[in-house]
Amino acid sequence: MALLEVTDLVTRFRTDDGIVQAVSGVSFSLDRGQTLGVVGESGSGKSVTFLTVMGLVDPRHADVTGSVRFDGNELLGASFSTLRKIRGQRIGMIFQDPMTSLNPVKRIGWQLEEAVLIHNDVSRSEARRRSLEVLDEVEIPRADARIDDYPHQFSGGMRQRVMIAMALINQPDLLIADEPTTALDVTTQAQILRLMKKLQDEHGTAIVMITHDLGVVAELADDAAVMYGGRIVEEAKVQDLFAQPEMPYTWGLLGSLPRADITAARLEQIPGQPPSLLRPPNGCAFNPRCAYAFDRCRAELPELRPSPTSGEHRFRCHLDDADRLRIWTAKKAELTSTEGTAA
Amino acid sequence: MGAFIIRRLFWAIFLFIVATIITYVIFFVIPSDPATIACGTHCTPPIIAHIRLSLHLNLPFYQQYWLFLWNMLRHGSLGYSFVNGASVRWIIGQAAPITGSLVAGGAVCWLALSIPVGVISALRPRSILDRAGMVFVLIGISAPVVWIGLILAYIFGFKLGWTPIATYCNFFPSHQIGVCSGPANWAYHLVLPWATFMLLFAALYVRLIRANVMETMSEDFVRTARAKGASSARVLFQHVLRNSMLPVVTILGMDIGLALGGAVFTETVFNLNGLGQTLISAASQENLPVVVGVVVFATVAVIIFNFLVDVAYAWLDPRIRLST
Repeated sequence: MALLEVTDLVTRFRTDDGIVQAVSGVSFSLDRGQTLGVVGESGSGKSVTFLTVMGLVDPRHADVTGSVRFDGNELLGASFSTLRKIRGQRIGMIFQDPMTSLNPVKRIGWQLEEAVLIHNDVSRSEARRRSLEVLDEVEIPRADARIDDYPHQFSGGMRQRVMIAMALINQPDLLIADEPTTALDVTTQAQILRLMKKLQDEHGTAIVMITHDLGVVAELADDAAVMYGGRIVEEAKVQDLFAQPEMPYTWGLLGSLPRADITAARLEQIPGQPPSLLRPPNGCAFNPRCAYAFDRCRAELPELRPSPTSGEHRFRCHLDDADRLRIWTAKKAELTSTEGTAA
Repeated sequence: MGAFIIRRLFWAIFLFIVATIITYVIFFVIPSDPATIACGTHCTPPIIAHIRLSLHLNLPFYQQYWLFLWNMLRHGSLGYSFVNGASVRWIIGQAAPITGSLVAGGAVCWLALSIPVGVISALRPRSILDRAGMVFVLIGISAPVVWIGLILAYIFGFKLGWTPIATYCNFFPSHQIGVCSGPANWAYHLVLPWATFMLLFAALYVRLIRANVMETMSEDFVRTARAKGASSARVLFQHVLRNSMLPVVTILGMDIGLALGGAVFTETVFNLNGLGQTLISAASQENLPVVVGVVVFATVAVIIFNFLVDVAYAWLDPRIRLST
C-alpha cells in the first residue's frame, strides 16, 4: 500500500474576481522511503496541492474534492483533531522562506520543544533533550549554546536546518519540502539537499520535494511529476524523464536548465507567462506558449497517457509518437551541440 | 542598552526644557497682569506693585524662567500659586491621583474591551460581531468626548440611577466620618468616566487590533505552527497574539499623552478636580506657576510612560532587545 495516495484532487478558491481553480484533478502516489520531485513554475498549483494534502487551505475560501489517503486513512473531510495528530507527527513540512517561517519572538529551543510537546506526553526537559539531539543531527554547530537563541540570530541556511529539525523531530513517515532551497544561496542549497538525503537514508522518511529547479529533482528524487496550470502534465521515473521527456513544456524546462557539462551559448527560455487560473485557456493549458500547438490543442484537453516506452511514464500531449520523437531528437542534438559553438 | 537609556535621558531633558519654555513664552506674549488678579477686590496700586515685586513679575521672562528652573533643581519646588500662595507641588499632589486613576483605569478598560473584540473580529471577519464592532467603532470615532460623557451621565447616572454622576472618592480608605473613600467607592464613582474613555479609545483599538491580528494570521510562521499540529487556541495564544500586540504597544505609548489631553474634557463633564480642571482654572486666572507645574508634571508623566513602553517593546520583541 502506498504511503500517500492522492486521487483526482481539485482545489478551488473563491475570490472576489471569481473562482480560481488552483488544482485540477491531480493524482499520484508515493511509497515509503521514496522521493517524489514536483516541478513547475510559480502558480502551477504545486504548493497548493500539498497545502491541501495537509489540510492547510482555509475552508472559508477553498472548496476541495477528490481523495487524499495517507497510510490508508482518508484525510479530506477528516476532523480537525485527526488532521492535527497527523501534522507534525506523521507528516512534517518545511517551507520556502526560512527567514519568515519561524516565530520571531520565540526562542529556537521553545519552538522545537513545542513540536515535541504537542504530540508527546513528555516533560519539558525530555523535549529539550530531543531538541538538542535533532539540532545536532541537522549539524548546527554548538547546538547546546545556540538552542536559546532567537531566529534572527541565525543565518538563512541555519534557519532552514532548524526548520528541518522541527519537521523531523517526531520522526514522521513523510516530509513535504516546499521549495526548501529556493531562498538560499547556491552553496547552502547543496548543503541542505545533502542533509535531507542523509536524514532520509537514516530514517527512511519519504520526501515530497516541491521545486522549480529540475537540478534538485535530478539530485534527490526517484519519481518526478511536472505540473502546469494546476495539472500534472508529465510523470515518470527521474532517469526516464531526463532521458526521454515526452511533452513540449518539459522540453522547455530541460532546455532552460544550466548544465556544467555543456557550455551552452545561451539558455533557452519558454516564451510567455504561466496561464491565469482564473480564466484558463481552452484545451491544453500550455497551448498559448507551445511552439508545436495545432487546432486540437486549442480545443481539447489532452489526457494523461502512457509513453510508448514505459507504462509508468505518462504525459499530456496531442502530438503523435513519431512527431514527439522527431522533435525531441532534434532538440536534444541542439542542446548538446551548442558545446562547440561556445568553445 | 546603556547608550540607549542615556540617549533617551537627553531627549527627555530636551523635551522638558522645550515644553516649559513654550509655556513661559505663551504666558508672556498674551497681555496679562496676574498681580491684579491675585490682589483680589480691595486693591490699591501700591499693593499691586508690592505683589508684583514679591512674585518676581517685574523681572524679564528669561530671568523668571531661570528662577523657576533654579528653584526646581535646587529645592525641588515648583513655586507657589499666584492666587492663594499654595505650593504648586501640593496642588498637583491633590489633582494627579484623580487624573491618574482616570487615565490608567480608562486604559485598562479600553484594552480589556478592545483586545477580545478585535481578536474575535479578526478570526471571524464579516461576521455579525465584526459588523457590530464596526458600528461601535464609527460611533466612538465620530462622537465628541463631552457628548459621550453627558449622554452616559444622563442615561446611567440620572435616568437609571445606576452610577454616581460626578465627584471623586479617594482610593485609600479615610477614617473621617462622612467622607467617601475606599477602593470600591473609588471604582464606583469612576465607572462613567472610564466608560467614556473606553468608548473613545476602544473604537480605534478594536480596528487596530483586528488589522494586526489578521495580518499576523497570514504570516509564514503561523502556517508553520499549524503544520506542526498546533491547535487553534495554541496558534492564537502562543504565536499570533504577542506578535500582533507589538504595534498596539507603540500606539498605546503615543495615546497616553493624548489621553491626558482628553482628561481635561472628561474631568469637566464629571466634575473631577484632576489636573485638567486645575489647568483650566489656573489658565483663566493667569496663574503661571500652576500652569507650568501641570505642564511639567504631564511632560514628565508622558516621558516616563514612553520609556516604559520602550522597555515593554524590547521585552515583547527580542529583535529590538539585541539591536540597541
